[in-house]
Amino acid sequence: MIRLEKRPEPSRAWTWATPPLAVVLTMIAGGVLFAFLGKDPVIAIKTIFWDPILGEFAFYYRGQLLVKAAPLVMIAVGLALGFRAGVWNIGAEGQYIIGALCGGAVGLAFYPAEGWYIFPLMVIAGALGGWAWAMIPGLLRTKFHTNEILVSLLLVYVAEQLLAASALRWLKNPEGQGFPGSRNLAQYPAGSNPELIAGTGMHLGIVAAFIAVIFAYVLLNRHMTGFHIRLAGQAPRAARFSGVNPARLVLFCFGVSGALAGLAGLFEVAGPAGQISIDFNTGYGFTAIIVAFLGRLHPVGILLAGLLMALTYIGGEAAQSTMGLPAAAIQAFQGMLLFFLLAVDVLTNYRVRLSRGQA
Amino acid sequence: MDLSVINPALLIASLMVASTPILLAALGELICEKSGVLNLGVEGMMITGAICGFAVAVETGSPLLGFLGAALGGAVLALLFAVLTQVLLANQVASGLALTLFGLGISALIGQGYRGVKPPPTGRIDLGPLSDIPVLGRVLFSHDWVVYFGLALVVAIWAFLKFSRAGLVLRAVGESAEAAHALGYKVVRIRIAAILFGGACSGLGGAYLSLIRVPQWTDGMTAGAGWIALAIVVFGSWRPGRVLVGAYLFGGLTVLQLNLQAAQLPVPVEVLSMSPFVLTIVVLVIISARRRGASGAAPAMLGRIFHASS
Repeated sequence: MIRLEKRPEPSRAWTWATPPLAVVLTMIAGGVLFAFLGKDPVIAIKTIFWDPILGEFAFYYRGQLLVKAAPLVMIAVGLALGFRAGVWNIGAEGQYIIGALCGGAVGLAFYPAEGWYIFPLMVIAGALGGWAWAMIPGLLRTKFHTNEILVSLLLVYVAEQLLAASALRWLKNPEGQGFPGSRNLAQYPAGSNPELIAGTGMHLGIVAAFIAVIFAYVLLNRHMTGFHIRLAGQAPRAARFSGVNPARLVLFCFGVSGALAGLAGLFEVAGPAGQISIDFNTGYGFTAIIVAFLGRLHPVGILLAGLLMALTYIGGEAAQSTMGLPAAAIQAFQGMLLFFLLAVDVLTNYRVRLSRGQA
Repeated sequence: MDLSVINPALLIASLMVASTPILLAALGELICEKSGVLNLGVEGMMITGAICGFAVAVETGSPLLGFLGAALGGAVLALLFAVLTQVLLANQVASGLALTLFGLGISALIGQGYRGVKPPPTGRIDLGPLSDIPVLGRVLFSHDWVVYFGLALVVAIWAFLKFSRAGLVLRAVGESAEAAHALGYKVVRIRIAAILFGGACSGLGGAYLSLIRVPQWTDGMTAGAGWIALAIVVFGSWRPGRVLVGAYLFGGLTVLQLNLQAAQLPVPVEVLSMSPFVLTIVVLVIISARRRGASGAAPAMLGRIFHASS
């Protein structure tokens, strides 16, 4: 009989060992999945995980890796703060969209003026947009005790409709010959987020993602608010006795994660995406949830997890074009990763004991 | 704008159809939450049920087998959740999200060969003279069997929870797992059964979308219905009758906004499309403000991990 025995405190060794273990298990299960689809599993896994970093065309893919990882890391760092404190913001996708819309709208309002101040204003608008969208579930939870999981998620669908209305009506390119989508910000120097070093993919959003990681690390380890976040997650009662204001903590977590998601959206719309279009959002807000857990809700872990997840996007695209692997297979693969992670996490919190007789 | 194209009788008839998928999923989730388990993977189980049911129905030509396949598909996905949360003691919120993300991916994968295919039609059941009653017959007695199955399920679950011993045990597990465990009930097994039932119901709801309501397969076709179902369980304060009211209210809204779109109301289509979600949020707020946190009616152990030796 196998029995689980609760550890007095989570195992440090397993805390760091479980994510790689989950990745290996996902590769095996993913290989089986790909074999079912009639693809050679070894080649598929190699195309996804190896070729983008060390293969023939790696010079192209490496830059893309940062481009994809930046929004994931930025959003996940914010979400992780909340998840640590037991505040469940799962509507980052909506905050990402609203950030892009607000920031993009400010840029488009200035078109075709030139000025150094335009892009910073867009950045502020993007962050404020994401912050405001996240404040809705935050305030509803603190004022009316409304379930923040449901509200933040339902708002994603509202945001998607706002995006569609913007792309088709409000922010539509007046010179676009009737095609949906806004003006292309990439062709508007004052309002674009260009590559900093040509060919590397490096743009301001990536710099911002690194700053977010450092900011979150310092906050969690060297600041009172960070201590309160960790305390509220681990011992809510103790937190209240030590003077933590739960409502303020909820608003803080929602505000920071929303603003970061909004920023990620702004950098994406002004940079790699270029314009506000109906299908602008590609699910970064949801994938970031996987990234946050895979990174153990730790800023540095999230950075690594974001790079890994970006790798599955890029490798997945490569496998799609070279092997005909369906895009949905990658999505299922990413979902599987979170499954395995949650499954092996039992080793962190519990000791597995073999015993005879009844448990 | 021409509001005269909106026919009230037709509106009510299509309301019953529109609310059936959400009703089925919400009833399944109700049982699951009554056992103290919060499964946020409804959306994933619905979409998996939608494609499993669609595939089985197309391959066998039988919608009934399709619905059975959908229930099975939803239950299999729910089993993953059950193993994660009950055996491996993982966090229920995170596991539910994983279920939704995985379900969306795997359903798109299965559904690749089924785009643009027409499923076999599900006939209306003949209720004889009842269907011939003017107006009423058309509104209430001319639907397919699943609509009536949903209604029957409301009554069955109400009776199960209120009058049966098994229902009492289920509620005990959800209110105080420790006490139920001390009395010798197998908490984990009961919860796994409740989770599987929830998965099967969500699968049925999804299949209703792909086989009857739409009827065809598109990626991500549930489009938030699973999340609405979760909200309706809260709205219904964990009571089958109120869940029915919630599902019909929401179904009515959906149908009304579609009718208003057709009537070319001078409002952007997107605003109408988002209205069901906005109103769901408003209703959630009203409910929770009135009842100090919606927690009054919620099962006490909802979302908490139960481990026998701790």
